[in-house]
This record gives sequence, C-alpha cells and structure tokens, in this order.
Amino acid sequence: MNLLAAVGQTIRTRADGAGYVVDLLLRTALAVRRLPRRLRFTLDMAFNAGVRSLPVTMVVAAFAGAILAMQTGIELRRFGDTAVLGTITALSMCREMGPFITGVILAATVGSSMAAELGTMNVSDEVAALEVMSVDPVDYLVLPRVIALAVMCPLLTVLSNLIGIYGGSVIAEHNLGVSSDLYWLSAREALTSSGTLLPKEVYVGLFKAFVFGVAVSTVSCASGLRATGGALGVGLAVQAAVRNSVILIIVLGFIVTWFFYFLSG
Amino acid sequence: MIELRDVKKRLGSRQILDGMTLSVPKGMNFVLMGPSGSGKSVTLKHVIGILRPDAGSVQVDGQEVPTMDRTQLMALRRRMGYLFQNGALINWLSVEDNVALPLREHSKLGRGEIRDRVHEVLKMVQMDHAAAQSPPSISGGMKLRTGLARALVTKPEYVLYDEPNAGLDPIISQQIHELIVEVRDSLGVTGLIVTHSRACAVHCGDRIGILDHGKLGLEGTVDEMVHSEHPLARAFLGGGSD
Repeated sequence: MNLLAAVGQTIRTRADGAGYVVDLLLRTALAVRRLPRRLRFTLDMAFNAGVRSLPVTMVVAAFAGAILAMQTGIELRRFGDTAVLGTITALSMCREMGPFITGVILAATVGSSMAAELGTMNVSDEVAALEVMSVDPVDYLVLPRVIALAVMCPLLTVLSNLIGIYGGSVIAEHNLGVSSDLYWLSAREALTSSGTLLPKEVYVGLFKAFVFGVAVSTVSCASGLRATGGALGVGLAVQAAVRNSVILIIVLGFIVTWFFYFLSG
Repeated sequence: MIELRDVKKRLGSRQILDGMTLSVPKGMNFVLMGPSGSGKSVTLKHVIGILRPDAGSVQVDGQEVPTMDRTQLMALRRRMGYLFQNGALINWLSVEDNVALPLREHSKLGRGEIRDRVHEVLKMVQMDHAAAQSPPSISGGMKLRTGLARALVTKPEYVLYDEPNAGLDPIISQQIHELIVEVRDSLGVTGLIVTHSRACAVHCGDRIGILDHGKLGLEGTVDEMVHSEHPLARAFLGGGSD
C-alpha cells in the first residue's frame, strides 16, 4: 500500500510540475504584449545567452560535423559513393544535429543559470517581493528570458549548422579523399534542391531550434520559480531544469520531425 | 484595519494556523511574536494575499483578501508595503533602482518625480549616500533600510514587517526600531510586525500578540504584556528573553 501511495505521489508531483510549466508558458504568451517595456532586459539576456554559449557551441558543432562525416564516410567509401558525403552531412546538421546540439548546450549553460538565478531569487524572497509590489514575476523575470532564448537558439543553430558542415569538410578532404569543391557542391545542392528561398531542411531545423529555445527557457524558469529549501533546493532545481530540458528536446525533436516529414508530407 | 477571523492553514502535513484571530486597528503597530515555525510569517502572507487560508476570513478595510481577483489583489498590494527579513532586494538593480521599482512599474510619475521621491525616502532611512551601490556590496542593515525605503516609496497605508531586525547588531537594530516608530508617527502607517525580539516588540509595538498552537495565545498592550506573569509572556518578554 505504501508503494502504491509513493507511486501515486510521484505521478501527482510530476503532473503538477508539467501543469506548472504549461501554465507558465501560457502566461508568458499572454505577457508578450508587454515586451516593449522589457526590451532592454530581453536584449541583455539574449546577448548573455549568445556570448555564454557561443564558444561551446562552436567547438561541439565542429566536432559533431567531423564525427558525422567520418562515420558516414567510412561506410560510403565501402560502396565508393563518397560524393554524397556533403549532402548527408549538410542534411543531418540542418535537420537534426544543429538544433539538437544548440538546444542541449543552451540547456546546460543558459538554462541551468536561469534555474539557479530564479531559484536563488525564490528562496531569498525576491520573487515574493516582486509579487507584493504587484510586479508580475512572469512579466518581469520569465518573459525576457523566454524571448531571449527563442531568438538566440535559431541564430546559434545557423552558426552551429555552418560550423558542423565545415567540420565535416575538413574530414572529407583530409581523411576521406573527397575534394572540398565536391563536398561543398553536394552540400549546397542538398540544401537548395527544393528551389525555394528557405529550403524545408533549413526551416524545419530552425523551427525546431525555436521550439527548443522556448522549451528550455520555460522549463528552466519553472524549475527556478518552484525551488524551495535554500541552497539544496536551488541545486535540485538546476538538476531538474537540465534533465527535463534534455528530455523535452528529444521528445519535441521527434514530434516536430514527425509532423513535418510524415504528417504534413 | 486588518482583521483575521478563525483562519486555518495547513502546509504539507503541518497545521500552521488553527483558528488564528487577530485585529490591527489603523495607525497602530501590532507586534506578533511566537516560536519559530509557529505561523508568524504565514500570517503576514495571508494578509497580503500570497497565501490563501484553508478556512476563515482575512480582511483589510472590510475587503475579503482570499476572494480577491488578481486586479483587486494588485490594487490592495499597492496600498501595502512589505519588509522582508533580508530586504529581498533585486540583486542586479542598484539601491536607487530597487526603491524606484514599484513607482516605475505602477505610477504615472515622470523620471524626475520618481528620482525625487526615491531620494526623499532614501534620506529618511539614511541610505541616500549609497543610492548607486548594488545589494551585494552593502551590509545587512543597509539592505533592510533599503527594503524599508522600497516598502514606503509608494506611500502605503499598511506596512508588514517580517523580522525587521533578524541578524542585526543592537545598534543597527535600534536604528531600524526608531524608523518603524517614525513611520507610524510621522506617516500614520499601520504596521504588523513579526519578530522574536523583545526590544523590537517593546520599542515599536502598541499591542503585542503571542502565537501558540496556531492561534493567538495571549494579547495585550505592551505594558500589560511586559508585566504579565503568563508563561508565554515571560518566555518572550521576560528579562532573560531577546
């Protein structure tokens, strides 16, 4: 009976947490009309998010592209078809790897810091102080952070895609014997074959990055705002923020891909 | 007037308030004492609408706080100030910006008028010299005085003080006590003060109530309470307390 009660309590706690995140997201969406009042703070947040995660994003994206080209190239070489290496690397980076890498890095760097910042504010009564001054914490604290990541995640993803494809080109040329011209031609063709200004591979990836940015910031802010119990509580909030963000990135990544490539054709 | 009637509140597995009844007339400082975890701060949070009671009534000037919608609650809070234990200042804002925050968010005053009002209250709490400093670089006493300035900047009718001298040395505590008395006497502000300190209670209070098992176990004027032989009064206001 105690086991059942414990399971029930865990489910209830998780459902409560998920409900809080959804509620926070809706309240943030409703607060968007007040964004002009928070523009300065939003720009500061966006700048900080970009600067803080830029070096890590560049390094990880370069190596991810290199690994992707290496692993794919080894197999393609067996079939003598390394000419399509640029295509595969470019598509993989733009559709999946770029947004995924950027989302995870933002969760680990910016999301964790958001959870720690808001968690510390919560346990030291700063959030309650805002409430008693009739300043809505969602409007004042959450909105700038969500908008900042919703904008920065796609921008960093573009950079991540480019650096990843470049990382692949280095491996293609030096380890797999694929000329740089052939690699880049194949990559360009893959991304422009639809003939549209913004090919599906790119815009789906950027949309994914936007969703990841919103998810990471909302989950991280929610974790911080629910932190209780001093330093230990803040630590747990940071842990929950990063864990839940990564899980959401994977689940939402799947849903977006499924929607664009299987449901809408 | 602040009135709580038969308020009950459970947090987790603990019954914090269990029939709490309290009345604070206008222009008076009411001091609420009691053991740690007895529900003093929880009482304050009910008055300002951060917490809702499980049962009972919480009224400010005859308006029922728990049934207020968000707009009514925000309007009520604009008439109230709240001094948190540690000041609860926003760390990335300067002292001046912290005090100006409620005015910038809600008032229609111009920049110059806000600056003048902010410096007026900063002078009152003797923090004008530190207006440009940030909260991490000032002492605990300065944080509290800034918190008090922020609570007063909107000219509230009520101020709720949550342990206004916790962790402060006797000299700074005395300064805070004098400020609380000055706020009541010169601005006519009604105060509800939560404290463990005998000095604070005796210096700042008009009436003192002591919480016991989730409700007021004892209440009276400062004189009555100081001279009471009741064990609760002796424990909190006797010569060996504080």
